[in-house]
Amino acid sequence: MRFYAAAVYAFLYMPIGIIALFSFSAGRSASSMQGFSLQWYGRALNNPFVMEALWTSVRVAFVSAILATVVGTAAALALTGMRGRLRATFDLLVQIAVMIPGIVIGIATLIALVSVFDLINPWLEPIAGWSLSLGAGSLIGAHGLFTMSLVVLLVRGRMETLDGALIEASRDLGATPFGTFRQVTLPQILPAILAGFLLAFTFSFDDFVIAFFVAGSETTLPIYIFSSIRRGVTPEINAIGTMIMIASLTLLIVAQLLLRRSQTRKRP
Amino acid sequence: MTETSCAHVSAKDTVAEFAGATKRFGAILAADRIDLSIRRGEFLSFLGPSGCGKTTALRMLAGFDGPSEGAILIDGQDVSAVPAHMRPVNMVFQHYALFPHMTVAQNVGYGLRQRRPRLSKSEIAQKTDKALATVRLAEFGTRRIWELSGGQQQRVALARAIINEPQILLLDEPMAALDAKLRGEMQRELLELQRSLNITFVLVTHDQEEALSMSDRICIMGKGRIIQVGSPQELYDRPRSRYVADFVGKANIVAGQIDGRQSGMAQAILGNGTTVILRDLPGDSRQTAEIAVRPEALSIVAQDLPLTEGIAAIPARVTHRTFLGDRIEYLLMADGVGQLQVNAPRQAGGALGEHKVGSLVHVLWPEGTGLVLADDT
Repeated sequence: MRFYAAAVYAFLYMPIGIIALFSFSAGRSASSMQGFSLQWYGRALNNPFVMEALWTSVRVAFVSAILATVVGTAAALALTGMRGRLRATFDLLVQIAVMIPGIVIGIATLIALVSVFDLINPWLEPIAGWSLSLGAGSLIGAHGLFTMSLVVLLVRGRMETLDGALIEASRDLGATPFGTFRQVTLPQILPAILAGFLLAFTFSFDDFVIAFFVAGSETTLPIYIFSSIRRGVTPEINAIGTMIMIASLTLLIVAQLLLRRSQTRKRP
Repeated sequence: MTETSCAHVSAKDTVAEFAGATKRFGAILAADRIDLSIRRGEFLSFLGPSGCGKTTALRMLAGFDGPSEGAILIDGQDVSAVPAHMRPVNMVFQHYALFPHMTVAQNVGYGLRQRRPRLSKSEIAQKTDKALATVRLAEFGTRRIWELSGGQQQRVALARAIINEPQILLLDEPMAALDAKLRGEMQRELLELQRSLNITFVLVTHDQEEALSMSDRICIMGKGRIIQVGSPQELYDRPRSRYVADFVGKANIVAGQIDGRQSGMAQAILGNGTTVILRDLPGDSRQTAEIAVRPEALSIVAQDLPLTEGIAAIPARVTHRTFLGDRIEYLLMADGVGQLQVNAPRQAGGALGEHKVGSLVHVLWPEGTGLVLADDT
């Protein structure tokens, strides 16, 4: 049993570990280890295309995560106030949205956006002198929509475990509904909101499939990696991949810590 | 309080009132036409099993649940539509509901910080310190909630609830989470606090001992209705129904044929033919009724001893005997009457007056002991 578990983990993490290892290679081959150096990290960070793609990715991830956090939190709060079948339906829709494969979301979003643009642009162009097209905006929209359901799930989960007596105690002590939200509800669910933001950011930053469909002429870091792999894999790609992985892992760990903290705080 | 002064209770003496207050949750009738005046400065308890409507009554007073029908009045004003945050009442919650992200002092001062116009920082700090001192937690202001014991948390909840000087302090089973020893201590502290603050306390509890020991008046509830309201002594000595007799203390309940009534007393024949004389229910005219008698009002003598003239004696056999130190609880089976419980105080001289399981005895029922019960509805 122990051997079996070890084999599963090795199978899961070996390829990732090897990529990280090879990123420190001194040679030119991406699939063998020849000496040790940090040169590929240096190359990656000095490559203007990489840096531009990174900047696009960060911008898109940040704005879409903000969007998802604000809308998702509002939706979660509204859902908590709802009762019965309506709430069950919305909860189910949110859970389904998380499970739908990225490629379906990518194609669906692409078709939806293009249809809308075709409908609006003939009216918009003569008036405004410009037209809507795929790009950073559609990328932010698509990522924001998808990651919103992540935020809804996390904040809903926290609201469910939130002791309703705390809200009543606040009202009882004379706090207005908004005062109760600001002084009791928000501090209680804030860790879940932050965790939701970090997850949304990570998802958007790492996403290739949805971005590939709706990015238009924009190049995010995963899209850049994909296109450069077609020209041949170099240890530079390994270095970029390792850096993305470390950044994502860090964000995910922080998100987990926030969630755990919010849970232990629930009942001292 | 005598009947005449009761009839002249003025609005000034009434701090709150339930006027036909009814609460429905879907098909469930949680409170059914509750009519009750709460007197200023009294300690009133709602007592009953879970689901009897006592918590709903409290929540209607707090403003968390609005009555479906009828009204809630505080200080003579109909507050049925007034939200909780605008009512002059405060609550100690069952699990205290302290804010975990605030210190003890921030919890206690929370009510003050909601006041508009705003109070000055120094005034809030000074009042918070005073409230903390009242509950003997003066040194604990900077502590975190989870650093406190259960008893200390409860005192924080108490301080937080009294800081706005409410007209009524509501207590929702505040002792339920404490162990037995701490509970006794807290009950005494709560009574002292009530006397020194002169605030009306309304307690919800399912613990009859708690209600008996603390309350000026107890309101016994069942199935959403008020069953009987009275002082602890009234409820113990004159329960009107089987429900109350059973819920407050222990009671033997037996069937009887009433064959004579005179000036508040009734003569009843029990199932075995024994005639007993007991307190009657005013205005009652039934032929058969249930009769309640407390286990400590009865006594036991061996069957071979001569009986005193004029004291009703029921032949019975001892089935169980429980030694409790200061008293012995006997369970007996009496033919035609049923099971009886008798609590006999232990007399000096030890084993002299004690009876073994299986021995044949007479249960003595002194004249005027026990009372006729109304039918439970």
